[in-house]
Amino acid sequence: MSDIVEKTLTALPGLFLQNQSVGGPAGVKASFSSRLGGLVRGITALTSKHEEEKLIQQELSNLKATVSAPATTLKMMKECMVRLIYCEMLGYDASFGYIHAIKLAQQGNLLEKRVGYLAVSLFLHENHELLLLLVNTVVKDLQSTNLVEVCMALTIVSQIFPREMIPAVLPLIEDKLQHSKEIIRRKAVLALYKFHLIAPNQVQHIHIKFRKALCDRDVGVMAASLHIYFRMIKENPSAYKDLTGSFVTILKQVVGGKLPVDFNYHSVPAPWLQIQLLRILGLLGKDDQRTSELMYDVLDESLRRAELNHNVTYAILFECVHTVYSIYPKSELLEKAAKCIGKFVLSPKINLKYLGLKALTYVIQQDPTLALQHQMTIIECLDHPDPIIKRETLELLYRITNAQNITVIVQKMLEYLHQSKEEYIIVNLVGKIAELAEKYAPDNAWFIQTMNAVFSVGGDVMHPDIPNNFMRLLAEGFDDETEDQQLRLYAVQSYLTLLDVENVFYPQKFLQVMSWVLGEYYYLLDKDTPEEVLTKLYKLLMNASVSSETKAWLIAAVTKLTSQAHSSNIVERLIQEFTISLDTCMRQHAFELKHLRENVELMKSLLPVDKSCEDMVVDASLSFLDGFVAEELSQGAAPYKPHHQRQEEKLSQEKVLNFEPYGLSFSSSGFTGRQSPAGISLGSDISGNSAETGLKETNGLKLEGIKKLWGKEGYLPKKEGKTGDETEAPPVPQESIIMETVDQTLIKKDQCQVLTQSKEEKEKQLLASSLFVGLGSESTVNLLGKADTVSHKFRRKSKIKETKSGETTSAHNRTCSYFSSSSNATYEDGYYLDTLQDRGDKELNKLSLNSGLLDSESLTELPSVEKLSNCKLSSSPSLFTDNSMEGFQPSQSTALSVANETSLAASLLEETSEHMHSDLVEVCHNETISLSSFKIWKDDCLFMVWSVSNKSGLELESADLEIAPAENFKG
Amino acid sequence: MIQAILVFNNHGKPRLVRFYQRFPEEIQQQIVRETFHLVLKRDDNICNFLEGGSLIGGPEYKLIYRHYATLYFVFCVDSSESELGILDLIQVFVETLDKCFENVCELDLIFHMDKVHYILQEVVMGGMVLETNMNEIVAQIEAQNRLEKSEGGLSAAPARAVSAVKNINLPEIPRNINIGDLNIKVPNLSQFV
Repeated sequence: MSDIVEKTLTALPGLFLQNQSVGGPAGVKASFSSRLGGLVRGITALTSKHEEEKLIQQELSNLKATVSAPATTLKMMKECMVRLIYCEMLGYDASFGYIHAIKLAQQGNLLEKRVGYLAVSLFLHENHELLLLLVNTVVKDLQSTNLVEVCMALTIVSQIFPREMIPAVLPLIEDKLQHSKEIIRRKAVLALYKFHLIAPNQVQHIHIKFRKALCDRDVGVMAASLHIYFRMIKENPSAYKDLTGSFVTILKQVVGGKLPVDFNYHSVPAPWLQIQLLRILGLLGKDDQRTSELMYDVLDESLRRAELNHNVTYAILFECVHTVYSIYPKSELLEKAAKCIGKFVLSPKINLKYLGLKALTYVIQQDPTLALQHQMTIIECLDHPDPIIKRETLELLYRITNAQNITVIVQKMLEYLHQSKEEYIIVNLVGKIAELAEKYAPDNAWFIQTMNAVFSVGGDVMHPDIPNNFMRLLAEGFDDETEDQQLRLYAVQSYLTLLDVENVFYPQKFLQVMSWVLGEYYYLLDKDTPEEVLTKLYKLLMNASVSSETKAWLIAAVTKLTSQAHSSNIVERLIQEFTISLDTCMRQHAFELKHLRENVELMKSLLPVDKSCEDMVVDASLSFLDGFVAEELSQGAAPYKPHHQRQEEKLSQEKVLNFEPYGLSFSSSGFTGRQSPAGISLGSDISGNSAETGLKETNGLKLEGIKKLWGKEGYLPKKEGKTGDETEAPPVPQESIIMETVDQTLIKKDQCQVLTQSKEEKEKQLLASSLFVGLGSESTVNLLGKADTVSHKFRRKSKIKETKSGETTSAHNRTCSYFSSSSNATYEDGYYLDTLQDRGDKELNKLSLNSGLLDSESLTELPSVEKLSNCKLSSSPSLFTDNSMEGFQPSQSTALSVANETSLAASLLEETSEHMHSDLVEVCHNETISLSSFKIWKDDCLFMVWSVSNKSGLELESADLEIAPAENFKG
Repeated sequence: MIQAILVFNNHGKPRLVRFYQRFPEEIQQQIVRETFHLVLKRDDNICNFLEGGSLIGGPEYKLIYRHYATLYFVFCVDSSESELGILDLIQVFVETLDKCFENVCELDLIFHMDKVHYILQEVVMGGMVLETNMNEIVAQIEAQNRLEKSEGGLSAAPARAVSAVKNINLPEIPRNINIGDLNIKVPNLSQFV
């Protein structure tokens, strides 16, 4: 074949003319005379990738010679460009031709220019430096009188254009909006849209022109402007509500067939335009009754008209349904939309079925009964040969999961999980399973086994939160202590069995979880020595396939176990092995273990049994050294300077040229983000021992919320009363200073709901009943999304110290820890309620009373609420938008240091002084009790702090705090 | 927004590659390969929508494809596009190609790569759907073709060449393309693949 290539390579442009010779296979050969043809033929005839590469390289070097030869005409260049494009498409580098493409666009006649522009748009990207060379050409062409040239320029602008050069062409393109030809106007609109995408601030001033485009007499231009509006409305729906009427009118006209017949596609009037408009309406009408009312009619009309049996009508119907469910609901429309969804789901066409499932997934939260109607179809889809359909079905099931159908649904998910190989599918699905398992697990064994499956399949790709949450769950336990122990025991047993299996490799993350659990809870097995488990851990440690991170976890587990059984040969061997390890980290651990073993008492205090979720107070400010520092200072020692300050001084002393712009000094900009070195505290984590803290520092480091002892000026003088209790705190782990509140009695598990689902697999009908149980019948339509009306098995304990992400909670942590240390629980109840406007602040909600709890309806159902830390809370949901209300009960364990209310309030205010806050106002009081409140404004939320104090010396049995609805509040 | 438009044949050879979002060259090639493998696995009788592969952005993006005889047309779009709408847009694009090339076949896409790109530019511009009306698109292309003719006969030659080739009776292959519902019968040009 290469001879043909050569032949064609030698033959030059004149060859085009030979094409008349037609007839028979020989003619075919001869007529492929263009060199591109030759190239293509050459490539397709080749058998191996290697040969192709050789051929293309040869072609490219030929091209390179041709394009750089001065004798090459533009016409030949054009031919070369097409071949270059072809080579690039196949993945070969043709960068030498880029500059020639630009030249061609600059210099060529119309046809050559067109090829040049095409090549440029295919070769280059927005930030390519060569693109700047094109700007001039584009400007020239935009000013051309030739329509085709203008079109080409507009096309290239909308494909790629350097952002910083937009001002050069912007006025020209704006002018084009008034052009007499609609195609030019349309392309200009899209070019401006492109500018809006890449540099929104540059086109802000022409929004008014977009409106003009929307009102353009030509439908095409109007349709083009919808792209812009869709985007802008998506970003900020409220700013465009006034346009709703226009969109509705346009849609009405389109639906009513007022457009020219040209716009019909399979006798449907402008379907794409309808789709676009429906989407825009959906965005505008969301959560807005008044706007939604404007569009009810036209939506009804659309639903009615779209009854033809063509693909594209289904597209419109689907959008209609989507819009109907997005906007403020209207029952008639919802009914019709639900019927439509039924049509989709039941359709034999697989595409429509897919969309039907998608629609179901979308509406299921508003209308769970719809899923009940189609349960049999959904069951069929579960076993559909198309994995995409299956996935969509699982997504749907995920949304309707509750405590009754969890086992079946999770089983289906696991089945799918075992089949799929795509990483992102695994990550996604594993996350969902873990979430569901945590929420609705029917019993311990099931939970542990499901999580085992999750860990072994999800392995190292899953989100790190999953193992972390799992371990925290085990550590913190639930309402019932014996239940907790059983769960832990079960976990330990199941891991021991898993580790018994020979030649199975578990993912690193799974091994880490195992080693942590075994280390923490092996004692539950009640065996005399942990010899057996130590052997297993040792074996893992010696395994080459185990990563060094996992080894650190393993050795931490060994350390913990050693404290329970110190005379172990294995440990001896292990220490010997690893004290000479090349891995410094392992060596460190081994030495720590070695030294700890020599001091059993210290070891026991350092590694207490089952204390993993106790808080460890580390005095990171090193305040116990204060005396020493003061002494040294008084003896004339230089005050400590932080590193950056020293550098700064060094710089200023060196008097080097200052390259920084004026006004941007180091102190103000360079280091503002940096905390003083003292501001590091080991965050409260689930870990309870030193070996663990070392590992978890990454997620436990908390850089906020610590008093600044060291500033740039050096040591900051102590503030009265603020550092006081910190200094008293000994730097060793102590009993948690923060009491748990609201924990005992949240919601009783309804174990009666656990189904016996063993026999249900045989028939789909039964499967259906198990899948859709608990749906619809109780008519628990919950507009707030999948709410927690069903009680959760693994409801987390509300713990104040549960600071998963230290930074968000630092502020209130301080407040509550202050409460705990400054007042006595029996005398004073400090209620700290915060209303978080921001749902994003979920982190803060961990200690919240449960969302279900504040729901007025569930409140009445749950008598257990009354036991809530001896106080009744009744509040209307309207007050707390996301139902987050937190109560803190001061600790009993610390001594009563502040007795009267004023000092408490004063110090409270001081604690929060860095945020804006209102003054403390006494809301009401009588002889025994006074209630005062103040507000703190944080960046993203408003805290209401209520403090109830007892002025009498009597013991308070209970306190009722009743918060009336918001209307009453305003007064 | 449309992120990419890929056309490749049953063997995964790219025939048209157009990205509207910037990816480095190597990644582009990988995306073509990955997409090809994703699409190839699927029977013709299952749905035309797929989640994007890991390279192109995972489940955020949809791959919407149609299979015509020897060619796959794949549009990669984000969530702001309607799936069924895009499916019909592919149909419009292919029908337009058919009109412009008079019985389009894989060969046309190879030898008139540039022309195919021009047609595509009239349908989709910078990732946005510009025109869905076939007559309008054809009119634009014809305006450009007139220009071509006025520029001289030389450059028009290849077009004639290919149409000549197409009119040759190759004995073994049916040459008609039937734009019916879904299936365009494009000749199985075994010597080119």
